[in-house]
Amino acid sequence: MRIAVQSEAFDMGAEANRFAAAVQGAGAIVTFTGIVRDSASGDLDVMEIEHYPGMTERALTTIATEAMARWSLADCLVIHRYGRLRATDPIMMVATASRHRAAAFAAAEFLMDYLKSRAPFWKKEITRQGADWVAARDEDEAALKRW
Amino acid sequence: MIDVLYFAWVRERIGLPRERIETSAATVNDLIAELSAREERYALAFSDLSSLRVALDQELADFDAPLAGVREVAFFPPMTGG
Repeated sequence: MRIAVQSEAFDMGAEANRFAAAVQGAGAIVTFTGIVRDSASGDLDVMEIEHYPGMTERALTTIATEAMARWSLADCLVIHRYGRLRATDPIMMVATASRHRAAAFAAAEFLMDYLKSRAPFWKKEITRQGADWVAARDEDEAALKRW
Repeated sequence: MIDVLYFAWVRERIGLPRERIETSAATVNDLIAELSAREERYALAFSDLSSLRVALDQELADFDAPLAGVREVAFFPPMTGG
């Protein structure tokens, strides 16, 4: 299990290959990468991501440990960036490995749902019109209920 | 002494990322009342608790949670990770 909270960019292909090379006893690997979406008006200058150093690592470790246990994963990876990003930049990535695909898919969805509303990150969109904090969506909170 | 941290728009509204305060507040709600009484910018930041979250020693908590033994309190809006 690896958790990385970083400002540096990451290469999703290289990360997926490294994850696959280290995994043992698995028959399925699922990866998900979140990228910076342009603003509704298509003029995103910067997406600024703030986080709570210390709590972020703790929250991600708790979430990943739970996923490992619940789906008996062979391995799991979470990378999340902070700082100033631009449209199409990868923000975060999860990878899960399990014996069969259902567990890897479910664990990846679980990780994403919990990351959205339980990991202390906040996004601010900076456009030509100004700067706005991205509001949490009710659907994201509701998504946790299915687990 | 307790460290109080603010993130995102809570930090912007209050105007600082963290401060160390002397308090005898028994719960998070008591601490919020104490801070809100200090200055308008605090009262404004804490005016709608439904749009706020609190963490005690880096674990999410409720507003009625006790502060005994807590070293770090953080206030922030609902998280938007992923």
